[in-house]
Amino acid sequence: MKILAPETEKDVAEIVSAALSQNTPVDIVGAGSRAGLGRPASGDIAVSMAGLSGVTLYEPSELVLTAGAGTPLSTITALLSEQGQELAFEPMDHGPLFGGSRHAGTLGGMVAINASGPRRIKAGAARDHLLGFRAINGRGEVFQSGGRVMKNVTGYDMCKLMAGSYGTFGILSEITLKVMPRAQTELTLLVVGLDESSAIEVMTSVSGLSHEVSGFAHLPLMNAGFSSPAPADLPSKPLTALRLEGPEPSVQARKHKLVKFLADRGYQIEFLDRSASRSFWAGLRDGVSFAGTKEQIWRISSVPTRGAQLVEDLLARGVGVNAHYYDWAGGLIWLAVAPGEDAHAPAIRDVVERHSGHATLIRASDEVRSRVPVFHPQPTALAGLTKRLRISFDPQLILNRGRVREDL
Amino acid sequence: MHLSMPKPEQHILRNRALLIERLREIVPFENVIDEETELRAYECDALTMYRQLPLVVVLPQTVEQVSKVMALANEMNVKLVPRGAGTSLSGGSLPLGDGILLGMSKFNRILDIDYANRCVQVQPGVTNLAITKAVEHEGFYYAPDPSSQIACSIGGNVGENSGGVHCLKYGLTTNNLLGLEIVLMDGSILQLGGKYLDADLYDLIGLMTGSEGLLGVITEVTVRILQKPETAQALLLGFPTIEAGADCVAAIIAAGIIPGGLEMMDNLALVAADDFQNCGYPRGAEALIVCELDGTKSEVDHLMSVVSQIAKDGGASSIEASQSNEQRMQFWAGRKNAFPAVGAIGPDYMCMDGTIPRNQLGFVLGSIKKLSKKYGLRCANVFHAGDGNMHPLILYDANKEGDMEKAEAFGADILKLSVSVGGVLTGEHGVGVEKRDLMHTMFSETDLKQQQRVKCAFDPQHRLNPGKVFPTLHRCAELGKMHVHKGKLPFPEIPRF
Repeated sequence: MKILAPETEKDVAEIVSAALSQNTPVDIVGAGSRAGLGRPASGDIAVSMAGLSGVTLYEPSELVLTAGAGTPLSTITALLSEQGQELAFEPMDHGPLFGGSRHAGTLGGMVAINASGPRRIKAGAARDHLLGFRAINGRGEVFQSGGRVMKNVTGYDMCKLMAGSYGTFGILSEITLKVMPRAQTELTLLVVGLDESSAIEVMTSVSGLSHEVSGFAHLPLMNAGFSSPAPADLPSKPLTALRLEGPEPSVQARKHKLVKFLADRGYQIEFLDRSASRSFWAGLRDGVSFAGTKEQIWRISSVPTRGAQLVEDLLARGVGVNAHYYDWAGGLIWLAVAPGEDAHAPAIRDVVERHSGHATLIRASDEVRSRVPVFHPQPTALAGLTKRLRISFDPQLILNRGRVREDL
Repeated sequence: MHLSMPKPEQHILRNRALLIERLREIVPFENVIDEETELRAYECDALTMYRQLPLVVVLPQTVEQVSKVMALANEMNVKLVPRGAGTSLSGGSLPLGDGILLGMSKFNRILDIDYANRCVQVQPGVTNLAITKAVEHEGFYYAPDPSSQIACSIGGNVGENSGGVHCLKYGLTTNNLLGLEIVLMDGSILQLGGKYLDADLYDLIGLMTGSEGLLGVITEVTVRILQKPETAQALLLGFPTIEAGADCVAAIIAAGIIPGGLEMMDNLALVAADDFQNCGYPRGAEALIVCELDGTKSEVDHLMSVVSQIAKDGGASSIEASQSNEQRMQFWAGRKNAFPAVGAIGPDYMCMDGTIPRNQLGFVLGSIKKLSKKYGLRCANVFHAGDGNMHPLILYDANKEGDMEKAEAFGADILKLSVSVGGVLTGEHGVGVEKRDLMHTMFSETDLKQQQRVKCAFDPQHRLNPGKVFPTLHRCAELGKMHVHKGKLPFPEIPRF
């Protein structure tokens, strides 16, 4: 494969135009930290976006930042941190899961996969913070949408389309994001020893209180070989985690109320202070429990209250679940399954459909990911619309051909 | 008015009787409205300066009926305009003389309230406020709160991606949706999302939101509901100059505070609002900020003192904190009724909706003042200050010859100005017909063609709400053409790495 390294947006457009004329598929590469996501890349040439890097606008009091798509995410995070700000959607770092280094990804990759994290339930995903972009479509044309302001309904909301399109609508060249002040402090309450359905119940009832919990996760006891993101000195029991963030007095006041609520129900509680809490949620977000293991990894988005039952049904169907945990109050399930030729896809998807939701195959060998649909198969009418949309941006399927679906 | 809409198609007008007959095979007889006196009720939405009688109005009651009506329109090659509650401020549901007006008012049921999963499934004709009313006894609410929330429908909110005064902190409609059921022009019914987060692949819910009825008809909506903050308190901050007010807004956000609501009014608007509602505004101030802080009691107490101090340091001429929930509502009453209040001194007004980078506020307001002199029309200013969304209200007299044309030109100048400082044409009201012909100030021909290709994926014959949003209609076949030049791959000399 030939790797091209454009320096400007115009270079990128020229590459796409030339590739079009030869009907040569082009793969889009940022830092390569998420190369394992989606179906395996199959293009004859790759465009490295590393050259389109750098922050061109950052106005902390306007909560806005613009940068080239190839800008390392670590650069952005460091810059925001200096001003006490952050990307509120807590984008997952896929490095650990794929055996790569931490903090390696680019801004473009983050948007292209619509990254998010535990705070998704409160602050949204990349889609909710993408204010504007410039990109090169599959016709070799530079186009833009959105802007740099917080509120904008001028024309279709193409930002939502670009976020999570895995490069199949265009090669992002410039990205404008909404940034937010970082919480002054945080702490995490851990309820110890709950079974899975009780944990879901506790998370559900707490989510109905006005304590503004910004993370709800449940970690069942992990099998040997899987590490927990929680500190090692905690009791070796299932943990249900509830995160509080905000100004110090507010966090303390909410902590007391929440402790009372839980203690009244007889639960055993442990605490993670600010730094332990930070590292716990980062580990949970990045799937560190699965780092270095051989299991195939699934990510299931479903109805929060159905979470525990869904996992039980998977086990009943004989799916070899070796480890799993819940985020988003039960709405997100991370699943590590014993490697199989079909990655247990038919059984997993059948169960997920019964409960409503979708299952994405996140980690498996190239061979498995080229055979098993990585994204949840769609009903016919929806699959048709998906294809027509893809073609509306890229009629010859030049960009990341086959990355999201065999026919796309 | 100089609005030009797509030319009526003669074949549609000729087939009107047949169309009506076939529509009555799909929905009950009385749900097809074809008498002129009754059609009058549908001739405009809240952008009342533009009016047009629809060819026929259909009021379906089930998704199957919607599907059949759309499939019939597709088959007979008839245009179709969807309409919710008719509160669009940009003419999004302005009828077409050769188009069916599809009224969704009979879709008015709340289908499922699921507190445990924090969502509500409703039909699109349910009003925005009715959702909050249905769940508030359990301590929940639906966050986006456009000022028309008592009347506007949730289906219309999705179509326009409606905002409100709380969207800096809690987001617009698009940030608060989980699922949609939509019907495409060919009659196919699609389920998007459900009671879970994230799309399975492409974010079609995100695309549908704010698509102004050009892509599909919404027949069901699942929204997220939030737990009501434990408490909320508001501050009224008066400033001697607009600039001081704008600086205070910037200082609040720079201090890491995202208020639940952060609104600003200029003197003309605040006096009009105070006359209209008697809400205790400081009438001598040049700028008034309403800042609402919400959350737990401890957090609100803490933030109230921080914001008050920022205001003091910023030279506020008056600082008043709400002492009760009633007083807080009174602070808001003026702001929420600013449009009718300005209407009362009008006699007519035209509302603009650009968003600008906040640091341009002083410059833009100064320029609006100059334009106001140039056109000889007054302009009151109301903003969602936290997010830079401005609502200049241009006052004119529709009965005065040439006044409306002057107002239109004044409005267009304000919007062009917004775009020139890095802003956008519309923050929450939509493009509709009102800003359609200004789209080129913000988008290149390439940008607009790409958006229209997206339209082609949904509606290749341009039957759904044509004449809105896009200044020029291109046929899909023409948009799809490729001009591929024979070319060599550039950069052959660049080494791999």
